[in-house]
Amino acid sequence: MEMLLSLVIGGLYAAGFYLMLRRSLAKLIIGLSLLSNATNLLIFTAGGLTRAEPPLVPRGADRPTGPFADPLPQAMILTAIVIGFGVLAFALVLAYRAYQTTGSEDLDAMKETDR
Amino acid sequence: MRLLLIAPILIPFFAAVAALTAWRRRPLQRAFGIAGSVGLLLAAAGLFESVRHHGIQSVQIGHWPAPFGITLVADLFSAVMVLTAGVVGAAVAFYSLGSLDPERESFGYHPLVQILLMGVCGAFLTGDIFNLYVWFEVMLMASFVLLALGGERAQMEGALKYVTLNLISSALFLAAVGILYGVAGTLNMADLSRKLPEVPSGLVTTLAMLFLVAFGIKAAVFPLFFWLPASYHVPPVTVTALFSGLLTKVGVYALIRIFTLLFVHDTGYTHPLLLAIAGMTMVTGVLGAVAQIDFRRLLSFHIVSQIGYLLMGLGLFTPLALAGTVFFMVHVIFSKAALFLVSGVVCRIAGTYDLKKLGGLYRTAPGLSLLFLIPALSLAGMPPLSGFVAKLALIEAGLATAQYAVVAVALGVSILTLFSMMKIWTEAFWKNPPEPERPREEKSAAPRLLIAPISALAILIIILGLAAGPLMEIAAQAAEQLLHPEGYVESVLGGIQ
Repeated sequence: MEMLLSLVIGGLYAAGFYLMLRRSLAKLIIGLSLLSNATNLLIFTAGGLTRAEPPLVPRGADRPTGPFADPLPQAMILTAIVIGFGVLAFALVLAYRAYQTTGSEDLDAMKETDR
Repeated sequence: MRLLLIAPILIPFFAAVAALTAWRRRPLQRAFGIAGSVGLLLAAAGLFESVRHHGIQSVQIGHWPAPFGITLVADLFSAVMVLTAGVVGAAVAFYSLGSLDPERESFGYHPLVQILLMGVCGAFLTGDIFNLYVWFEVMLMASFVLLALGGERAQMEGALKYVTLNLISSALFLAAVGILYGVAGTLNMADLSRKLPEVPSGLVTTLAMLFLVAFGIKAAVFPLFFWLPASYHVPPVTVTALFSGLLTKVGVYALIRIFTLLFVHDTGYTHPLLLAIAGMTMVTGVLGAVAQIDFRRLLSFHIVSQIGYLLMGLGLFTPLALAGTVFFMVHVIFSKAALFLVSGVVCRIAGTYDLKKLGGLYRTAPGLSLLFLIPALSLAGMPPLSGFVAKLALIEAGLATAQYAVVAVALGVSILTLFSMMKIWTEAFWKNPPEPERPREEKSAAPRLLIAPISALAILIIILGLAAGPLMEIAAQAAEQLLHPEGYVESVLGGIQ
């Protein structure tokens, strides 16, 4: 399972960076979202995969008995998803406004400030 | 004492909320903005005094014991940074009253600045590395909107580059945090500092490099700095001053924090690398600056160059070098903010940032010329001013550890800094105006509201230079705490084993 997820994560990173290297504004945004999702999966995998072992404390005990899935990486991912969602929404609006003001979707056309 | 630690985060937060409720009512928003910034400055001063007298302090949010809950910690370095942020925040808040257009002010400028300040202070004070990520995002989100607020074409282009590069950096940072949790099982920085020695050293070095790239993008070090000169000159000058003073410095702060607290297992590999990066950053930044003819772009390249000096102290990794870095940090934040604010006044008087079209300002505005010279000469490292003391400490530390190459680079870059500051001086202030003076009435004087914050920063720069002895003592204490993280760990974890 780790191997499979690692491949998925690597593929997502590669696809994300590939899209960001294109000149299209829309692909840039899609690339960014792939990047943040790949990172979320990476946290999930790095935190250790445990199958069907919810971190529940049985009645009468003061800690979970036996192996249990670590809830902390999932809490982190949840935070990261929320932040990533907000940032992505902003990036979309920004890209749309940039498209409106520059009249182009080509990133190479946005070099006016670099001169 | 506990309230003092939380206050630098809560005060801007409440100010931002209050200002948001006063949407489109400019006077009210202004009042809340000023109240928040001044309140933050006072709280930061209180925190600084308290940390100076009682040592490192920490507070566990929600009473969750240390490695599990979120910890806020203030050692002397954090306290100095928060205080510096408070000063810059207050200066910019007053300056923006006189310089900002009504549209930007009514559409959320003041609450955004407060949120930015909250994020910055949170990043300085947190003792948990995932929480650091969250504060970075708070700060970035506010900075994204501040950069794009106004919707001019240049702003859109600059903001796109800035947002993209910062999101990549955040993704890398988050990935590094995830792997770090996977190998160490904790995210509390004090706890990490104890547990990382048990993790295989190669893995830790790899993680250190991931963090170096992530924070390196945010701090704008060589070869990752290209977004900065492409975006910092597009927003209104108050925003640029705030960014230049605080945002890249938070990146440097994070680098200093992790490379003194967490990744000290293999200083033979990591710290010479930092030193090499420092040298390259100084050189490329200043060479970029020499080639510029736009006032603000020139200053933007100087931000990059000065980051090199900060990293130099970290790379040398001796008490004197780190003390120099702490001192340099305060010096460069004040100087850079003052220079950007001056460039705003220049644009207000002459109507342009283009050095070729400027000229004759020494005749029309002699006071402003003096206010430019103080931070400019301080940045170049002229003796009675703050930059001299900071650079002296760094160079002495470099000589003591026989790192002659980086010392030579630092000295050479100082000369080039002086050269490009003098270029601004001759072009904008000294030479005759290129065309006959246009008859413009408002040309004569800059509003007092713009001059007062710059004067305050200039006076602080002079004080930093003149009171160098006692202030260097404080910087040395801060460096001592950074080099011996036992105190930090002890304060956070207490007796927990």
